[in-house]
Amino acid sequence: MDLATVWAAIIAFGLMMYVIMDGFDLGIGILFPFVPAREDRDVMVNTVAPVWDGNETWLVLGGAGLMAAFPLAYAVVLSALYIPLVLMLLGLIWRGVAFEFRFKADESHKPFWDKAFLFGSATATFFQGASLGAFLNGFQTDGPRFLGGPMDWLTPFSVFTGLGLMAGYALLGATWLIVRTEGALHDRMVALARPVLLILLAVIAGVSLWTPLAHPAVAERWFSLPNLIFFSPVPILVGVSALLMLRALARPEPGVRPFLLALFLLFLGYSGLGISLWPLIVPPDISIAEAAAPPESLSFALVGAVLIIPVILAYTAWSYYVFRGKVRAGEGYH
Amino acid sequence: MFGLTALDLARIQFGFTISFHIVFPAITIGLASYLAVLEGLWLWRKNPVHRDLYHFWSKIFAVNFAMGVVSGLVMAYQFGTNWSYFSAFAGSITGPLLAYEVLTAFFLEAGFLGVMLFGWNRVGPGLHFFATAMVAAGTLISATWILASNSWMQTPQGHEIVNGVVVPVDWLAVIFNPSFPYRLTHMVTAAFLSTALFVGAAGAWHLLKGNDNPRVRVMLSMAMWMVLAVAPLQVLIGDRHGLNTLEHQPAKIAAMEGHWENTPGEGVALILFGWPDEAAEVTRWQIALPNLSSLILTHSLDGHYPGLKEFAPEDRPPVAVVFWAFRVMVGLGLLMVGLGFWAAWRRWRGRLYRGRWFLRFACAMGPSGLIAILAGWYTAEIGRQPWVVYGVMRTADAVSEHSALTMSVTLAIFVVAYIFVFGIGTRYMLKLVAKGPEAGEDDPATDAGASAPRPARPLSAAPDVREG
Ligand code: HDD
Ligand code: HEM
Ligand code: HEM
Repeated sequence: MDLATVWAAIIAFGLMMYVIMDGFDLGIGILFPFVPAREDRDVMVNTVAPVWDGNETWLVLGGAGLMAAFPLAYAVVLSALYIPLVLMLLGLIWRGVAFEFRFKADESHKPFWDKAFLFGSATATFFQGASLGAFLNGFQTDGPRFLGGPMDWLTPFSVFTGLGLMAGYALLGATWLIVRTEGALHDRMVALARPVLLILLAVIAGVSLWTPLAHPAVAERWFSLPNLIFFSPVPILVGVSALLMLRALARPEPGVRPFLLALFLLFLGYSGLGISLWPLIVPPDISIAEAAAPPESLSFALVGAVLIIPVILAYTAWSYYVFRGKVRAGEGYH
Repeated sequence: MFGLTALDLARIQFGFTISFHIVFPAITIGLASYLAVLEGLWLWRKNPVHRDLYHFWSKIFAVNFAMGVVSGLVMAYQFGTNWSYFSAFAGSITGPLLAYEVLTAFFLEAGFLGVMLFGWNRVGPGLHFFATAMVAAGTLISATWILASNSWMQTPQGHEIVNGVVVPVDWLAVIFNPSFPYRLTHMVTAAFLSTALFVGAAGAWHLLKGNDNPRVRVMLSMAMWMVLAVAPLQVLIGDRHGLNTLEHQPAKIAAMEGHWENTPGEGVALILFGWPDEAAEVTRWQIALPNLSSLILTHSLDGHYPGLKEFAPEDRPPVAVVFWAFRVMVGLGLLMVGLGFWAAWRRWRGRLYRGRWFLRFACAMGPSGLIAILAGWYTAEIGRQPWVVYGVMRTADAVSEHSALTMSVTLAIFVVAYIFVFGIGTRYMLKLVAKGPEAGEDDPATDAGASAPRPARPLSAAPDVREG
């Protein structure tokens, strides 16, 4: 493997970490409308309060890694997605400050910051999903120049992926809360997880049909032999994990199983997209090799990534371990 | 919008978002180290005052940190969204530096923050102290990388340009570029100083309100020691920084000094105040001290350094802003030195905690560090114009091709959202400060309400700020 490929793998890993980790934080915000009681909402937020910042940092790593390893892609994709990214960032601002402000605000402001948390989480998720959809649709480019217009990103497909990602994060959020809460809130999440899972399956099916229909190259990738045989485990595994999750949800105490299966489902969806795109970094024209930074940059940054990411994973795991166990009402960290 | 071009708007947008951002990191950097010191003192001396102050300031730290993180998140994307040609051109250098910042600093801060803020009862005291120290270390590492990146843009070296993009050839030269040591020490000192002034102002304010207790006194006393030590140091570093800038960015120094041309045989006067007129190429209405500028910058009474007229007009920075921003910073810096010495004198006479004029001055100086930081960055960044990478790439060639309409809309959204969110956040922070540190704060071992004697708190009128 050459340096550029290694870097593509690191960035893909960073973004996947982001999707699953910030995914359940954002999912909690998206689930707020289904949980009106303030006390329950406090519990929900407290399950992620000590870890959300670390979760979000994977997004920063994705951005910085892209600039370091593929400056051309960073320049083109970010300027093409200017508007959805600004809206996503604003969403993240709202939900990020709401974590603190919910607790520190005057009593009369608190309902406002609850809404801000919901609104911020939903906005950030929607525009992440929409950016992803726009990215899959591809950009018209000429070197570092983006030739399209400011609203090119907005298509029926990107709206669909935006809403779809909300379902994905909501499932992560609900299954996370099944692990971390108890009593009525816990049961509510078990009840919610089932319909959300079905919506997510519909979304996965939708994207899987829509992309090959719209992009012959993607159809070629999936449906030619022998690829069809190599890749067929992906949809099969999606089906199997969905069934396992439904069974786990039917048990009296589902435990961590639904959460792990939800992680696995998102991972499968993510690898499906990776299969469709490879080896492009800015579809339809710019490949990983073309966008790569000079080897001096790639190797310099790689040393850091290889040495430090394992350490990061270790202390992140430790922090999750410190805050393990069920969170009870009133037992706020604040 | 108002006849501004997309380039102007992109610059305003970057300047606006970074100006909001830098205020929070400055306090984050200072408070994180302060908290580490407080916790260390508590573990060492077991004086509950330090523990109470730790809990008090860590709540304020939490709010500030959240605002620093979310405003920083925007910065990491602005290079691509607003300066795509710059990113495509120089991302091979700024990208790896930012990546190292994420790996070595942001994860460290975020990873240990949870334990620091919420783990007091979940891990042992030693481990908790370790977490606080890691967060503090993270903030300093973060400053190091981002300032290496910014300094490289100011005084680039260690690279070649191949096929129209920057290729790093010597990473040590890139990182340890000529202005980096000065910028790093100047900025970190600025962060410590700003935090000390903020903490000191909080202490002074409580004393003025009659809320006198050991915690408030320790707070003021520690802050004033810090100001005394660090403010003069900052002036010294600033002087060195200026000499370095003269060597590498002479046009910036000329703008800072409002210096247009040398008169043969005569030293350069130090202009205290005046109005640089770019069209007429003179600084009007000057109040100047003869030969002093020569003395400061060349260490001789009649030494010369380049005046603005020696640079082609298209290579000159905007003069008036740079000239005035520099004066604001230096003026405030001198006031800070004054505050430090005044406090030392009063301490020596045993009157540090009394004296309304002194306390009022300490209170008024609360925001001065942050204002000086902004003024300093305006000097450094606007003085760098018209270059984005000094002498290598012009700002006009760096900007993404968005329309003025797109830029206006996003700028308007940023302005409204930032003023609202960060305005309210700052208010909550100040309310927490106004509540003041209490005995047995957040400590499960003692029931604060019952056992600790509660000092008369003038702010019990603010019960709506929920505690704990
Ligand atoms: C001198 C220090 C300094 C300077 C000049 C900057 N920052 Fe900053 N930044 C910090 C010091 C800092 C910090 C102290 O490390 C922060 C503040 C609060 C925090 O969480 O970390 C931070 C947070 C922070 C974050 C959020 C990190 C997280 O998720 O935990 C990002 C993405 C950036 N910054 C990016 C930038 C960029 C792209 C800058 C330049 C344009 C920049 N910062 C200037
Ligand atoms: C944190 C404190 C900082 C402040 C307050 C600040 C302030 C500013 C201001 C006011 C401008 C606009 C100048 C103009 O267009 O006239 C600017 C531009 C810019 N700065 Fe900074 N800056 C800071 C740090 C940084 C850092 C750390 C970097 C890079 C790593 C950076 C990179 C840039 C870039 C790329 C531009 C846009 C191009 C330009 O207009 O020159 N800045 N900054
Ligand atoms: C009073 C004496 C001071 C002097 C002589 C001085 C000198 C300077 C100079 C020459 C620069 C521009 C460097 C360049 O870009 O080439 C600068 C920048 C700056 N100053 Fe100061 N300064 C002083 C006080 C302060 C104080 C009190 C603060 C804040 C508390 C401060 C914060 C900054 C910051 C944040 C920058 C921009 C970053 C940098 O370039 O280091 N300065 N200072």
